[in-house]
Amino acid sequence: MTHRISLRKILIILFWIAAWQLAGMIIQNDIIFAGPGDVIRSFLILVPTADFWCSIGWSFGKISLGFCLAFVLGVLLGSLAFRFHLLAEFLSPVILLIKSIPVASFVILALIWIGSGNLSVFISFLVVFPILYVNTITGLQNTDPKLLEMARVFAIPLSGRIRCIYLPAMIPYLTSGCRVALGMSWKSGIAAEVIGIPSHTIGENLYLSKIYLATSDLFAWTIVIILVSAAFEQLFLKLMQTAIQLIQRKEVRL
Amino acid sequence: MIHHHSAGNPASGSVSRHPSGPFRLVIRNLSKSYGDLTVWDNLNLTLESGHTYCLMGASGSGKTTLLRILLGLEQADSGTICLEPETSGLRLTAVFQEDRLCEDFSPLDNAALAVGASSRRQFPGFIRSGSRASESPVYSRSDLYRELARLLPEEAILRPVRTLSGGMKRRVAIARALLAPSCAILMDEPFTGLDEDTKQTVIRYIKEKTTGKLLVVSTHQEEDITALDGTLLRPF
Repeated sequence: MTHRISLRKILIILFWIAAWQLAGMIIQNDIIFAGPGDVIRSFLILVPTADFWCSIGWSFGKISLGFCLAFVLGVLLGSLAFRFHLLAEFLSPVILLIKSIPVASFVILALIWIGSGNLSVFISFLVVFPILYVNTITGLQNTDPKLLEMARVFAIPLSGRIRCIYLPAMIPYLTSGCRVALGMSWKSGIAAEVIGIPSHTIGENLYLSKIYLATSDLFAWTIVIILVSAAFEQLFLKLMQTAIQLIQRKEVRL
Repeated sequence: MIHHHSAGNPASGSVSRHPSGPFRLVIRNLSKSYGDLTVWDNLNLTLESGHTYCLMGASGSGKTTLLRILLGLEQADSGTICLEPETSGLRLTAVFQEDRLCEDFSPLDNAALAVGASSRRQFPGFIRSGSRASESPVYSRSDLYRELARLLPEEAILRPVRTLSGGMKRRVAIARALLAPSCAILMDEPFTGLDEDTKQTVIRYIKEKTTGKLLVVSTHQEEDITALDGTLLRPF
C-alpha cells in the first residue's frame, strides 16, 4: 500500500517536471522561462563552488537564528502574558503593530537601524514572533479547566501543572504555529536579503540573477530555498517532538 | 479541602489542615441556586470520619454540586460547613464524574503526580498533629506500582492513559484519590463503566483504603450502600 502511494507521488512529480519541460520548449526563451534542463545545468555550475555553500550556510544560520530567538521569546512572553493579564494588554498594541506593518517597511527601517548584515535575523524574528506568541496564548487558554480543578483538589504544584496539564494543551497549537512560522521565516528572510543584499547570502544571489537576467540561476536558487526551508522545518519539528517526548517520558517525581 | 467556618459565615473555599483524630463535618442551612433555579435550600447534614455515606438522589438534584462545594470548587449562596473539633481545615481528595487524568502520562505518573504533590505540600495542622504516617502512608514509586497492580493489569500501568479503556481509566482515577494523602474522599458516581466483577474488586479496595476516613459516594445504585457498608443519605 505504502509502495503504491510512493509510486503515485513519483509519477505526479514526473508529470509536473514534464509539464515544466514542455512549457520551456514552447516558450523557447531562457530569459523569460528556464526549463528543467537549464536549471540542472545551473545547479551543476553552482554546486561545486564554495560561494554556493557559503551562501546557503549564512542564510540558513541567520534565518534559523531569527526563528529560534522568536520561538524562545514568543513562548516565554506568551506564557507570561497568559499568566499576567496586564502584560498581555501591555504587549497587545506591539503585537498588532508587528502583524500589521508590511515586511518591506520593516526591511527598510531595519536597513537604517542595523544595516544589512543581520537584516534577515531581525526580519525572520519579527515575522515569527507574533505567530508563536499568539499560538502559545491560545494553547494555554484552551487548557482543560476540569484538569485544572483536579490539580487544585490534589494540590499539584505549578511545575507538575506545567508539565502534565499546560504543556500537553499547548503543544498542538505550538506545533501548528511552528509549521506556519517556519515557512514564513524563510520567505520573509530571503525577501529581506534581496532588498538589503548582504554579502554571501541566498538573497544576494537571487538579486544578482535578476540583474544578469540569469533566469535558470534564479530557478536553481529558488529550488535551493524550498529544499533548505523544508529541511529546516523537518529538523526543527523533529527536535521539538523529541524534546516533548523526553519531557513526557521522564518519570513524575514523588 | 474544606475551610472551617464559624457559624454565620457562608461556606466556601478550602484550607489545608488535618484534624488529628475523629472529626465531623457539620453542614448547616446550606443553600445553592443557579440564577432562578434553586438546587437546594437549607440543607443540613452531619458527616463523621470513619463512616461511608452514599449520597442518592435523582439526576440534577444537586449531588455533584454538594461535592463541588465540599471540595471548595464552588461557593454556596448561604450556610456554613463546620469542621468539628475545630481545626482550620480538612484534606480532601476526589473521584470526579469524569476521570480527569493526564492522558499523555501513565497511570503510575498520574498517581505519582497527585500522591507526590500532596506528600510534599506543607499542612501546618497536619504536621503538628503528627498523625501523617498513621492516616496516609507515604508511597514510593514501586509502592504505587504495586497498589495500581491491584486494580489494573500490569501491562496497563506504564502506558499512556489515552490508550486505556474507559473502565481502566476509572480505576486509575479511583486509585489516585485513595492513594493521595487525605482524611476524606469524595466520589462522584465512581463505578460508571465498571463491570460487576471489577466493581466488587474496586469496592474491596475502597473499603480497605478508607478505614478511619470519611467517604462520601454519590451513586444511583441502592446495592452500593450494602456493598460499601455505607449509610444512605438522601438530603435533597
